[in-house]
Amino acid sequence: MNGKGDTVDRSKRRFIKRSVGLLASGLAAGGVRSAAAEPPEIPPSMKVPGAGMGEYGSPAKYESKVTRTLIRSQPGTTGSGASRSPLESLEGMITPSGLHFERHHSGVPDIDPAQHRLLVHGMVKRPLIFSVDALLRYPMISRIHFLECAGNSQLLYQPTPPTVTAGQTHGLVSCSEWTGVPLRLVLEEAGVDRSAGWILAEGADAAAMSRSIPMAKAMDDAILALFQNGERLRPENGYPVRLFLPGWEGNMSVKWLRRLKVVPAPIMTKDETSRYTDLQADGKSLMFTYPMEVKSVITRPSHGMSVPGPGLHQISGLAWSGNGAIRKVDVSTDGGRTWLEAPLVAPVLPRALTRFRLPWRWDGAAAVLKSRATDDTGAVQPERERFIAEHGNNAIFHFSGIQAWSVAANGEVKHVYA
Amino acid sequence: MSTRDLAGVMLALVLGGCAGAGATSAALEGPNLGREATPAQVAGWDISIGPDGVGLPPGKGTPAAGALVYEQKCQACHGARGAGQPNDRLVGGQGTLASKAPVRTIGSYWPYATTVFDYVRRAMPYIQPQSLSDDEVYALTAYLLNLNGIIGEGDEMNARTLPKVKMPNQVNFIVVYPPRAR
Repeated sequence: MNGKGDTVDRSKRRFIKRSVGLLASGLAAGGVRSAAAEPPEIPPSMKVPGAGMGEYGSPAKYESKVTRTLIRSQPGTTGSGASRSPLESLEGMITPSGLHFERHHSGVPDIDPAQHRLLVHGMVKRPLIFSVDALLRYPMISRIHFLECAGNSQLLYQPTPPTVTAGQTHGLVSCSEWTGVPLRLVLEEAGVDRSAGWILAEGADAAAMSRSIPMAKAMDDAILALFQNGERLRPENGYPVRLFLPGWEGNMSVKWLRRLKVVPAPIMTKDETSRYTDLQADGKSLMFTYPMEVKSVITRPSHGMSVPGPGLHQISGLAWSGNGAIRKVDVSTDGGRTWLEAPLVAPVLPRALTRFRLPWRWDGAAAVLKSRATDDTGAVQPERERFIAEHGNNAIFHFSGIQAWSVAANGEVKHVYA
Repeated sequence: MSTRDLAGVMLALVLGGCAGAGATSAALEGPNLGREATPAQVAGWDISIGPDGVGLPPGKGTPAAGALVYEQKCQACHGARGAGQPNDRLVGGQGTLASKAPVRTIGSYWPYATTVFDYVRRAMPYIQPQSLSDDEVYALTAYLLNLNGIIGEGDEMNARTLPKVKMPNQVNFIVVYPPRAR
């Protein structure tokens, strides 16, 4: 759609003209297809009664290949690792709970909610213990937010493009409606000393995963989440209760939450010192890089897919920012020489995945697709090359550069650095 | 519950809602269902240790004692003398952090010695976490610090000595929270 040397405005005008032309020709083309290949008029499903009701639904059996992907664990373990959401197979902004990414440090614990307790102690007037039943009686809020592992997209730190799908590079992000108790309610009940500054959050898993949380975040929008997408949390997402910190690196939203200790300074746990710190090219490391930066990825078409011939296609992708709402997403089909603003799909919510979709008439020539997100703080997603120049290849965490997909003349889509 | 009680709660909600559009809970009121924890209960739960050593239990250990524990309980995953394989390497890597192949170990990367104690006690060995005695954890911590050349062979680690250990890479961490204005 964007010819060489086009300005953005010129390409926009051309794009609109072509889109209008496309709709008309698309209608005409619909009638040309051979009827011989179509199913018979009365399909079998209309000749016998269908299956009965079920207690808990499952996806269609024809969708059995849509699963979490790139499931990897530390050697000798089954539960210390990650699984990723298959972003290229999903649409809209909500991730089904069963396809929400996982990152565990010592597996998924089996916790009986009747036995589980949350302790709030440290710099408080009264240390308090809460049962899950008690928490379920508190006033709740519901928020739609993404959760992103700090290590998402880390394959793009590699010097050569990883030849894997969009889900395998970017699928350590998912988006759900989270429902639970504002954390500040239980902190205030315990008589929290607000001058304390920090709160140590600890999980009831075999790693006793723990992170230090700034008091300001805890008192602002932190949630003791009990429900995800309408149902109680899945075990792999922290059942029966997890901490949820909107927009911040996922590791801090401690699952299976059992303890909150109000403290004067960070505890310096393993996962805020030896991990989840970002080693820069000069050997220095950034510590406490909490919000996830503005980012986007085109999910369709993406690596491993094939664009089935010239004509009208839909580009679809996701954008998000831990610092606010997405203001705009620009899409390029010529490797970033020219850009076109893609329509955002409502609702556009702060710290939530935001879907963008754009019709694309492919002329059959080689193309390079990119998306570039801007959030409402004005932060713009950088080109990968610039990001690497600034941060080096060693940081592991917080990669937020632009992702590029090449489309060859034969329609094959591949991951490229461009 | 009388309708008047309900109305009171609702009124507070509405007023609070107007005042704080961005806040999640300014107007919400909890039912106060937390039960007060006894000091004994808190002590039983509280295993975290700050970099100042607050929370370190009584006990002690030397590198020599730690070597014995390491061979029995750690070596299968972390290799002889912390060399790594099949899991994380624990020793060496000093001077590699600015290279193309940085090696992040306790010695080359970790900023606080107390973190070794805290992490080993809460999460190691992987298949049997929280099974080591405090003396064993002090000894392992001493062994790993000694292998990395940070403390001497005869140095005992305990609640007094461990927080005083200066980790060589601590000076290379830049704290970026809270963020500076753009």
